[in-house]
Amino acid sequence: MKKTLKFLAAMAVLAGASLPAFGASPWIVENSATKEECSACHVAYAPGFLPERSWQAIMGNLTDHFGEDASLNDDLRLQITNYLTAMGPKEINGLAADLVPLRISELPWFTREHGSRVLNRVAADPNIGTISNCTACHQRAEEGRF
Amino acid sequence: MKIKPALVFGVAAAMLSAAVGANPVRDSLLEGYAAAAGVPAFSEEAGRALFFSENTTGKPDTPSCTTCHTADPAAQGRTRVGKLIEPMAVSTNPERYTDLEKVEKWFRRNCNSVLGRECTDEEKGNFLTFMINQ
Repeated sequence: MKKTLKFLAAMAVLAGASLPAFGASPWIVENSATKEECSACHVAYAPGFLPERSWQAIMGNLTDHFGEDASLNDDLRLQITNYLTAMGPKEINGLAADLVPLRISELPWFTREHGSRVLNRVAADPNIGTISNCTACHQRAEEGRF
Repeated sequence: MKIKPALVFGVAAAMLSAAVGANPVRDSLLEGYAAAAGVPAFSEEAGRALFFSENTTGKPDTPSCTTCHTADPAAQGRTRVGKLIEPMAVSTNPERYTDLEKVEKWFRRNCNSVLGRECTDEEKGNFLTFMINQ
């Protein structure tokens, strides 16, 4: 009995380390490794924005991450991959099931919402820089508010 | 109580090195790179040249350190996605190069991005020496 309890406790700790909490929001990055590592260079994009297969592809090629080496040690890479793939949806409305998008900014809804007027504003403002810089306009993006 | 001269000297040396921006992690990084590279001293000039070098061997979007860090090590830089990067120069950012793992992680990533290969221990030592003196 005591052994079983110990085992269960150990499993709970292990699960807690790599799996999101029950009821966690896919629109806020709640995993500390993900938040810290991803936001070193850009907004830590929430897992809800891309399907599970996209996160798998992105995390499987960190040595060429959109033109830069963003490699991590195995421990961090696995923690972050587990979180993003567990929280990422299986499918996204309007996205063909055989597509593996790597950029949120190429998703059909994104290009619909961010038309030429927004793109022109981004291009004209050096403080925004790129369309990937969510917080330049959506100041509370990291709280899941857009 | 008798105060040992060696202790006084040690404390004075520690205070002096704190005053000129030395740091135990930075010191041990430099010592480690020197031992691994087998060189007696590092070249600030070679570090400067590395920082400003324009390369074609790495990834096309990042030909130079200055692509993101700007040509002024004491100024803030910006990632390609628009996020601010704290200055590289120790004079304006004393927190720099005080976390061994972090230093190694970013040398690995950024040398690969800019040069298309990892940096040698000598290059790392030269680079750090340049930034510590900025």
